[in-house]
Amino acid sequence: MNLALLEPSTASFLKVASLAGTYNYALYVVLMMIGFYGVIAKKNLIKQALGLGLFSTGIFLFYISMGVVEGGTAPVWWTTDEAHLLKAAGPYDNPLTHVLILTAIVVSVSTLAVAMALIVNIQRAYGTIEEDEIRAIEDAEHPGEGVI
Amino acid sequence: MSFIDFNLPVLLVIVPLLGGVLSVVVGSIVGSRKDLAWGWALAVSWVTLALVIRMLLAVVAAPEGFVVYNLGSWPGPWGIEYRVDHLNAFVLLVVAGIGAATTLYARHSVADEIPDDRHHAFYCVWLLAIAGLLGITVTGDTFNVYVLLEISSLTSYALIAMGKGRDRRALLASLRYLILGTIGASFILVGIGYLLMLTGTLNMADMHERLIALPDFAENRTVLVAFAFLLVGLSVKMALFPLHMWLPGAYTHAPSAVSALLASTATKVGVYMAFRFMYTIFGRHYSIDVLPGHSVLLLCAALAVLVPNLTAIRQTNVKRLLAYSSVGQIGYMVMGFALANEAGMTGSIVHLFNHAAMKGGMFLAVGAVVYRLGRCHVNDFTGLGKRMPWTMGAFSIGGLGLVGFPLTAGFVSKWFLVKGCIEAGLWPLVVVVLIGSLLAVIYTWKLLERIWFTEPPESTADLREAPPTMLISTWALILTSVYFGVHASFTVGMAQKAAAFLLETTQ
Repeated sequence: MNLALLEPSTASFLKVASLAGTYNYALYVVLMMIGFYGVIAKKNLIKQALGLGLFSTGIFLFYISMGVVEGGTAPVWWTTDEAHLLKAAGPYDNPLTHVLILTAIVVSVSTLAVAMALIVNIQRAYGTIEEDEIRAIEDAEHPGEGVI
Repeated sequence: MSFIDFNLPVLLVIVPLLGGVLSVVVGSIVGSRKDLAWGWALAVSWVTLALVIRMLLAVVAAPEGFVVYNLGSWPGPWGIEYRVDHLNAFVLLVVAGIGAATTLYARHSVADEIPDDRHHAFYCVWLLAIAGLLGITVTGDTFNVYVLLEISSLTSYALIAMGKGRDRRALLASLRYLILGTIGASFILVGIGYLLMLTGTLNMADMHERLIALPDFAENRTVLVAFAFLLVGLSVKMALFPLHMWLPGAYTHAPSAVSALLASTATKVGVYMAFRFMYTIFGRHYSIDVLPGHSVLLLCAALAVLVPNLTAIRQTNVKRLLAYSSVGQIGYMVMGFALANEAGMTGSIVHLFNHAAMKGGMFLAVGAVVYRLGRCHVNDFTGLGKRMPWTMGAFSIGGLGLVGFPLTAGFVSKWFLVKGCIEAGLWPLVVVVLIGSLLAVIYTWKLLERIWFTEPPESTADLREAPPTMLISTWALILTSVYFGVHASFTVGMAQKAAAFLLETTQ
């Protein structure tokens, strides 16, 4: 039985290996902001979608980092005690965050898939995936209405 | 206790979820049949509504005021817990009711706007969107909220993009919603992450207890960061001004039935989530008294009432006009929510219901115009009252409701909102509400005058009234709003209980 699941406590989260832990948290913000920059600054729709992917990847790193326990191993590493009962081989990382992020990865992949499907359709409808060119087409076609 | 009663909270998510998947399976076996796909979706949505009504009765009858369901019999906080109190039950009723009415409506509208071989897929995505929205509302687990939020969002993007047959701008609107919506949902995910780090739990009720047990709760910077991320993420999702930029395009270019469904449910569920996070998890004391988030929300709400309503006046596309008006109405809901007294919150929760009925009915009426005319430019409404009197009658009553005319539902919610403002001593907000209503008078009157007091052009001489399924569902929503404008005891009673429960059970 998984102890961390049975006893939700702050303890396992606070034992984050100090140096490696903080390093990861800085990195997650950097990754997120690179992705965010891509979404805002790039005119190419595929580059925007990739930025969105990077943005989510930063969050995955954040969740995985918070599950780390100092000296912890994989939660599937078992051994038996004197009475031949199963017990964990040592301290193990909190598996809850890994499970959560597995779900979030699926969500992120589906979002990117929908985004790509939309971009393919936009390419078919407008003949371009450059935002400024689409804007020019729409301004000519529906003057004064804005792009969407 | 029967099987259905025992599993009620989860059944009302599973039924539309499986119903949606089966729609595609059936479609791939028997081939594309329009009426079969629609009939199946209609049956599923009405069964869901029946389950939700049963859920509502169970919650009202429950002595402690809420019903708890443990998924897979794993008790919370370890397992996923569904916890339904008066607030959820009321929002569930809004989502399922609108879902049932718009599915009835969808028959002709979808047949007109979606290619014939896509109907099974369309109704699959449609039912999945309803399942996602119901799931967000019913769950008591924060990560579950995120997952179901993404289910409802991904399906919304697909539904909006299906408007491409009529106008290719639907694709751009959908992509913009996808980008902003994903950023909003990611912010919510980061906020949940920080809360998980602090408390080690994902269960809402448990999270609240662990948060208030923190010795430095009020000064803890991690709590503050979590709050900020959640507030911004939720504001995107409920289209609170100035984070509403995805909404007008999405509602304008989506297929008519989709506009009506999303306009009356998606942002409402966003407001519901804000209630849950701010009151049930952080608690009233932290969200309102400790942080200045309260005044920021009030400022955004006041601007949301004024600016989008002004923008609505100069719109030439009626769907776009209604979309901007929706952003304005979200302002009223957030205002009542941020006032944090019982009258204000009652106004906010009642307005969830009332606005869903009124705006849903109006979007359905405009959809009928699009069905007959193919357009919904303001000029197309010239003399339309003589050509489509029933559709336009419903549209006009809905418009009066938006203004807050006495004897309509809009009046009831604004009454409580103004009462809340006065109780909180915030007189400027009373003025804001009144100005917002005056702006609504301007854009509603602009349309009503054109509809009823001008002669129809010769070119529309062969225009006929909308088909019966469209009229029935439009009038069902509009009559609901009128009924609860006159006999407000049910809606106001539910909202008052929900507001009192939120204020009393948490700190």
